Amino acid sequence: MNWKTLAVALFGPDHGLHGIAQDGDFLQGDVFFEGEPITVIGTTEHAAIGVVLALRQARAVLDTVAQHPGRPILLLIDTQGQQLRRRDELLGIHRAMAHLGLCIDYARRRGHRVIGLVYDQALSGGFITSGLIADACYALPGAEIRVMRLPAMARITKLAPELLAQLSQGNPVFAPGVGNYVAMGGVRALWEGDLPASLRAALADTPTTDVRASDGAARGGRKLAAQVVRRVLEAH
Amino acid sequence: MISYAECSARERLAKLLDAGSFHEWLPPAERVTSPHLAQLGVPCAFDDGVAIGRATLGGRTVFVAAQEGAFMGGGVGEVHGAKLVGLLQRALRDRPDTVLLLADSGGVRLHEANAGLIAVSEVMRALLDVRAAGITVVVLIGSANGCFGGMGIVARCADWVVMSDVGRHAMSGPEVIEASHGVDEFDARDRALVWRTTGGRHRWLTGDCDALVEDDVQAFREAAAAALDRHRPVTLQTLEAEHLLLSARLQLLDAEPEDGSDDATELWRRLGVNHAQQVPELDVDALVALKETLR
Repeated sequence: MNWKTLAVALFGPDHGLHGIAQDGDFLQGDVFFEGEPITVIGTTEHAAIGVVLALRQARAVLDTVAQHPGRPILLLIDTQGQQLRRRDELLGIHRAMAHLGLCIDYARRRGHRVIGLVYDQALSGGFITSGLIADACYALPGAEIRVMRLPAMARITKLAPELLAQLSQGNPVFAPGVGNYVAMGGVRALWEGDLPASLRAALADTPTTDVRASDGAARGGRKLAAQVVRRVLEAH
Repeated sequence: MISYAECSARERLAKLLDAGSFHEWLPPAERVTSPHLAQLGVPCAFDDGVAIGRATLGGRTVFVAAQEGAFMGGGVGEVHGAKLVGLLQRALRDRPDTVLLLADSGGVRLHEANAGLIAVSEVMRALLDVRAAGITVVVLIGSANGCFGGMGIVARCADWVVMSDVGRHAMSGPEVIEASHGVDEFDARDRALVWRTTGGRHRWLTGDCDALVEDDVQAFREAAAAALDRHRPVTLQTLEAEHLLLSARLQLLDAEPEDGSDDATELWRRLGVNHAQQVPELDVDALVALKETLR
């Protein structure tokens, strides 16, 4: 979904389009949701997250923490993943990503509700220190989440591209549909129909601890993670 | 001298920690294996590529995890990740002084793509819980696989990072970048270029790692022992300082190198390194001394 369509659906035409500004692939704004201010930080156009975009998002999080203690933060996610350039590696993209993750984590610990929403697509590197490090991540039903494009995945794993293509059709561990991420607990829920109601519920009910492994077990999509964690805690 | 890079995960644990002190949780005998590999015709490992437990280092209790790069490149799958999360949650409960992570990983195990991605994210959050509780998290990077992908980010979430000059620490591996943007963007077979971009020397000069050691198990042991109390609380001030550092670095490379020299060499020069072109030839002691002059 286009971010403007999403913004209008969530906040109405007044706040949704006037409160959020697009600068390149970066989105930022302060909007009122049902009378309460929310910081919106995000990316669009399937942005590749390099050092620059990681730092812009981190800056927006730090500014919110410093200037608006406790204000909820909504992360709007549309990314093709980390920027795959040598220059970004040289500049320490892993450190910039970690910095963004630490900023979001710090905001959470300071009492900001941080909600992630995959409204279009999400790939590993651009996602792991945004939506996946929020209090919880949600997604629109038409969104896609994946780890890596298949040709690169085939090269790294040395598995046949045909096998990967076949698995990505229906196997929940490979297929990019958001439903699989819900089943595995990585996405808390899909936002369908009344989006303001979904956001309202998320702001009210999102847990502040990490419940994804137990969600994955309860939903049957990731059966071992929670069990293995428990076994480690109980091991002699 | 014993090469840290050439050791297996279990050899590292045996030689780096106090002799005989490692007590493993979910050891291979319990056969906690990946549920996802059989469908791909890929053999599993009885520890899913990571050993976790408690030990002592210089007499002090540490919780420790060692990833085995020889198994699926140290990739984090559902079980592998859950073992790391379990170790970190147990640290949160039992409060050792320090958690040591002997990283040896390409990141998410692509054979378990979606489950692996969520698992790495859970490791990251669990690590930050431990760090927020005042327990020091130290990461050691010196294996042949290095520390990449999601684990590359996890490592930078820790309090303290120790690298050897042969270690590599970054996000996307050179092969992935080459596969996406071609050999002109990043020639994965150009070893010198790979190390200038991701290697321990570069990370040391930029401050991306906190200690640089030789490729020697004893050197890693000493560096780890010296780091046990290197806790760094995360505050708004430390985050602002980090932001300033990363922003300033970005500006350092805004201008193209003047004399057509390599951009890594140019970055070192602009960080204040004299004779930057000699960096690849310097030994570790010389690099440590050189870094002192940059402070």
